[in-house]
Amino acid sequence: MAKKLMKGCEAVAEAAIQAGCRFFFGYPITPQNDIPEYMSARMPKVGGCFLQAESEVAAINMVYGAAGAGARVMTSSSSPGISLKMEGISYIAAAELPCVIVNMMRGGPGLGSIQASQGDYFQATKGGGHGDYRMIVYAPASVQEMIDMMQHAFDVADKFRTPVMVLADGIIGQMMEPVEITEGGNVVLPKKDWATTGYKTGERPRSIVNSLYIEVEELEELTNRLQARYREIEETETKVEVYNTEGAEFVLCAYGTVARICKTAIMQLQKQGVKVGLVRPITLWPFPSTAVHDAIVADSVKKALCVEMSAGQMVEDVRLAVDGKKEVAFFGYSGSRVPTAEEIAQRILEMRGA
Amino acid sequence: MAIVFEKTSVLTDTVMHYCPGCGHGIAHRLVGEVIQEMGLQEKTVGVAPVGCAVFAYRYFNVDMQEAAHGRAPAVATGIKRVLGPESCVFTYQGDGDLASIGTAEIVQAAHRGEKITTVFINNAIYGMTGGQMAPTTLVGQKTTTSPYGRDKDHCGNPIRISEMLATIDGAAYIERVAVNNTANIIKAKKAIRKAFEAQMAGKGFSLVEVLSTCPTNWGKSAVESMEWLEEEMIPYYPLGVYKEV
Amino acid sequence: MLEQNLFAGFGGQGVLLMGQLLAYAGMLEDKYVSWLPAYGPEMRGGTANCSVNISDEPIGSPVVSKATTVVAMNRPSLDKFEPTVQPDGYLFINSSIIDRKAERDDVKVYYVPCNELAEELGNAKVANMVMLGAYIEKTKCVDIENVLEALRYKLGEKKEHLIPVNRDALLKGAAAVKD
Repeated sequence: MAKKLMKGCEAVAEAAIQAGCRFFFGYPITPQNDIPEYMSARMPKVGGCFLQAESEVAAINMVYGAAGAGARVMTSSSSPGISLKMEGISYIAAAELPCVIVNMMRGGPGLGSIQASQGDYFQATKGGGHGDYRMIVYAPASVQEMIDMMQHAFDVADKFRTPVMVLADGIIGQMMEPVEITEGGNVVLPKKDWATTGYKTGERPRSIVNSLYIEVEELEELTNRLQARYREIEETETKVEVYNTEGAEFVLCAYGTVARICKTAIMQLQKQGVKVGLVRPITLWPFPSTAVHDAIVADSVKKALCVEMSAGQMVEDVRLAVDGKKEVAFFGYSGSRVPTAEEIAQRILEMRGA
Repeated sequence: MAIVFEKTSVLTDTVMHYCPGCGHGIAHRLVGEVIQEMGLQEKTVGVAPVGCAVFAYRYFNVDMQEAAHGRAPAVATGIKRVLGPESCVFTYQGDGDLASIGTAEIVQAAHRGEKITTVFINNAIYGMTGGQMAPTTLVGQKTTTSPYGRDKDHCGNPIRISEMLATIDGAAYIERVAVNNTANIIKAKKAIRKAFEAQMAGKGFSLVEVLSTCPTNWGKSAVESMEWLEEEMIPYYPLGVYKEV
Repeated sequence: MLEQNLFAGFGGQGVLLMGQLLAYAGMLEDKYVSWLPAYGPEMRGGTANCSVNISDEPIGSPVVSKATTVVAMNRPSLDKFEPTVQPDGYLFINSSIIDRKAERDDVKVYYVPCNELAEELGNAKVANMVMLGAYIEKTKCVDIENVLEALRYKLGEKKEHLIPVNRDALLKGAAAVKD
């Protein structure tokens, strides 16, 4: 298959279309505008619908309505816009609706910057919206990986009737890399007999898409059902890349763009005779605790270093996974500065000397 | 024995939770009857709001979605875009939901000419949360958050939704009605029918504002409420067709 | 091979396009490539730059912090990025509009009067291609024909007539720095 040089934002949009997504509701915000722009051009050509909503709030609620009507549907935004969507995501989780949300993270808090950041880890993995729910969160480290994730993201969303987030950042969204996209695949969408499509008495029960459970027992029934599903997701959907950890003296832990930079640092350190591994969560929720634990707690490992484009968010999950058995240091910048491979290598050398 | 009146099949047999004297029950019935008479039951999806009508999905015997507060027009947009022009999609919203937290969604749905129908219940108060001031609360009206009466210098004059939406090109049918007496109820039903017809004809956005009663939070009897609606609300919120294309 | 390039100039000089054509050409040669624009709030004018990696190995950081080559199309770009060139790296300077010399003496510096050379071809817009030609002549990291192939893809069939002048620009830039 011929390779194409594609921008992350455009690639994720095309991959969604190839995955059978035919409805997109969104609102402009930098640095993800290439997604709605691409969708606005492509959707009419494939019989789909792109609609620019009046706000992120409206967009996510259009997603709710469309998902409830049985469509394969998505939205995208960047950090401040994702905050606005969080209410809707909580409702979508509660109403057990499948959809995909792409977040091309930028610097925060507040309006922050428009440069890449990883400051939304907490928001994505710890709730973000209100209530006792979870959301599957994928963290691609390349344009190709993001493409490959989209089909799976929609399938998993349908399978578990849950919102799924693809958590990338401005760098992955804006960068171009050679990619391969499988086109024209015949996507068979699962039957959704629970969707509100209009009903005839006797054919099926009336469909009600709802997140309101006034009676404690009823709400508990929902949350128990959700929690059971989350346990199954943890069991079957956790994804992680473990790289170069065999006999490593140090282990880096990073996701997305930063994980790539870590790989460059690992190569630099290799030349200096320092063996360093990397454990890269691909799903941030469910978090690959076992793999992270095993990589870091291994005998050869002196210490671990978690690197993020934030003041330290994922590092909390890494430390929970390691459970005090090894020291997990942190390096990162809050406010959109991208750590360089040289800086990461330097930290490792300092840890070695210390 | 001949049947002279029957409850519409578009309402379920579930006992409604509305207070005695509340206009919601009447409005529900009118919407149900129109959907039935137009033969739309099997292609209708309704969207319930947050507010007193939050349980509307229990009462309308059609597929239903429950929306977040104020977002019903956005949810309805998503549904309609998926199910297409043959489908019938309506929202049922109160004045806190539509005229306060949901103004962006309702204005933009009208602006897009979204082919949906909104039944907007204006009873000049927040009902379910316990009688707080709404954007539609009349000047001087006492509520639990305007205990000295609504002061227009402090929180503005009541908002007239029908007049506002009628200025929007995408709106195809806008009418304000009331459900405080038989004559008005008959007119209200006609208005609701016209609104659904506008949707099914693909003309654009349609809304019927229904002036309704809230005896419990107004602190009045059912009869007093009907009178108060007539004497206080209608003069500020004139009935009639505001837009018809 | 790992070429880590920074192309910088002001908006409208075609620096993002230079980077994209290079990345595309690298892809055609089955190399690993990445192109990353620095993006700002402004739509027109302002500064523009992009990081382009070309490598035989999978690319780690798409962000070029230490460049093997910096291409400076205007003075602010030279001021900003001259310090990021790795020792022994390349520094290309658009001498048509940059009024100073390089300060570094540990890098290979080439002065290319891109605008004048482009005007000699009768098309001021191809100044970026002149510079790209000079860059390729020195770094040899891709074949000029593949850059033209990339340009064909970017321009589409309707603009095939623009290919010859772009080829001339690439060759003229190459000639300008030939030893």
